[in-house]
Amino acid sequence: MLEVRSISKSFGGLAAVSEATLTVPQGKIISLIGPNGAGKTTLFALISGFLKPDQGSVTFNGLGITNQRPHRICQQGLVRTFQVVKPFANLTVRENIAVAAHTRIAKRALALDKAAEVAARVGLEGALEQSAGALTIAGRKRLELARALATEPKLLLLDEVMAGLNATEIHEIVDIIRSIRDAGVTIFLIEHVMQAVMSLSDYTYVLNHGAMIADGEPRAVTSSPQVIEAYLGHGAAERIAAMAGKFDA
Amino acid sequence: MSDRARLMGWLILIAVLAIAPLFITSGRWIGFLEMTLFIAVLGQGWNILGGYGGQYSFGHAVFFGTGAYIQALLQFKFGWSPWITLWFAVSGAALVGAFVGYLSFRYGLKGSYFALITLAFAEAFHVLSRSFPSITEGGRGVQLALNQDPVQAISTFQFNFAGPFLKAYGFYYTIFAILLLTYWVTWWMERSRFGAQLVAIRENEDAAEALGINTFRVKMGAICLSAAVTASAGVYYVQKYLFIEPGIAYGPTKSVEALFAAIIGGVGTVLGPLLGSFFIHGVGEIAKEIIGPVFGDRPGVDLILFGLILIFVLAFVPRGLAGLLEALWKRKVGGRNA
Repeated sequence: MLEVRSISKSFGGLAAVSEATLTVPQGKIISLIGPNGAGKTTLFALISGFLKPDQGSVTFNGLGITNQRPHRICQQGLVRTFQVVKPFANLTVRENIAVAAHTRIAKRALALDKAAEVAARVGLEGALEQSAGALTIAGRKRLELARALATEPKLLLLDEVMAGLNATEIHEIVDIIRSIRDAGVTIFLIEHVMQAVMSLSDYTYVLNHGAMIADGEPRAVTSSPQVIEAYLGHGAAERIAAMAGKFDA
Repeated sequence: MSDRARLMGWLILIAVLAIAPLFITSGRWIGFLEMTLFIAVLGQGWNILGGYGGQYSFGHAVFFGTGAYIQALLQFKFGWSPWITLWFAVSGAALVGAFVGYLSFRYGLKGSYFALITLAFAEAFHVLSRSFPSITEGGRGVQLALNQDPVQAISTFQFNFAGPFLKAYGFYYTIFAILLLTYWVTWWMERSRFGAQLVAIRENEDAAEALGINTFRVKMGAICLSAAVTASAGVYYVQKYLFIEPGIAYGPTKSVEALFAAIIGGVGTVLGPLLGSFFIHGVGEIAKEIIGPVFGDRPGVDLILFGLILIFVLAFVPRGLAGLLEALWKRKVGGRNA
């Protein structure tokens, strides 16, 4: 469904993403992990049209979307959420979601109806008339998700929708994400909460210093020495193996 | 405030404005009301782009002046009917809006950069209107011929020599009609997809773009509509005074009055600019009554007062008089329910 081919982006000599290649097949949940500053959010920005790649290409549903503007990409069914949530703070939750619903629906009343419907899917039905600026962080993350859903995407890019949530809230949002996938939306997510990555994703990519260093089943990827070193530093994999050996003895 | 209560409020307000002048015998007070409605229309023009779209312009005079000049020059040079020239005035200003918008929005100018470029455009038009006397009559300005034939009062859109009713009230009802039309357009916009998308851009442009809104196109639509509404005030001005010159058309006064009315009244609300205009004109009149005797005739003292009020409003009532009114209403209704 989504094909990214050796895409690169540098900012003033610093390669934020270099030659990254990945595939997101339809109907799956794919995750992207990597240490802070690895270039994950930059990669999302390149896919969704917020940044123009220096080289490489992005294909969505067989159509090239490289260099298209974000709203065009959204209209074609690929929508992103933001790691730092961006609610329309002076509008109500319902109005926020209705703005997104307007991407497919011209009539105001119908868009507002649709907003209530989508809010229920993410558990925001009780906060419809609340101002978005007054939501808790968990509420804002849900709103970010609801707005993206209201544009009726085929592929949803989720940038750390679980950051800052407590265990119960994470559990709830994992269920919501699963239900979205079951409704036929393909999901590509950036996440630091490993428990969620493990339980949700069908396949995982690991980005470090802008380059893909590993990909595979989540369990296999997270035990790969290369990935452990990327997170914990050079030699970490060896030390962990040695420690494990001591405990075995 | 419920939609019902809001609608009732509007109907009462419209009824009061419709019959008020008939009970006012003093020409001075009719003039006061007329000027208030005139600034309220200018303010609404600014509000469409600044209040709903969050694109604060410091040079809305560029649209007022262009509307006024087109209205005046087409009559002056070609002798066209004012009822025809007004369409050119409004659409000509919208074209200037498209031009300014294209240059600003294509290159992503926002916030203070957008404010500065609009200010620069107003100044550029100010200079141009002085520099090409063969087209604009230069600094002398354009003086339209006075029609003295009562029979042609309507066809020439001049009421100075019309029958007693038109002579006294003609321009009041002209600006009242323009106000109704432009406020109705704004009211409609607020409830449309276009309006929702425009507000989303004000709140967070990146999020709006990510959610499928063509932010460039929506902002272009907003600046054209905003320019057209502002130009309609220019049409009124020319027909009322039969005169326009560069300073009146493109000087900073109209830009400042437009944004004052909208900001003090409440940005992003339909009623705001009207409330703001009533407030600043009320204050202006009071300032003249009080400051005049105390400080003597010193031009500019009222502007200092306006500046202080603007600082106060931005600091303490950022949602303006309309926001204040809504909060008071909520408290009253809430108290009754409790």
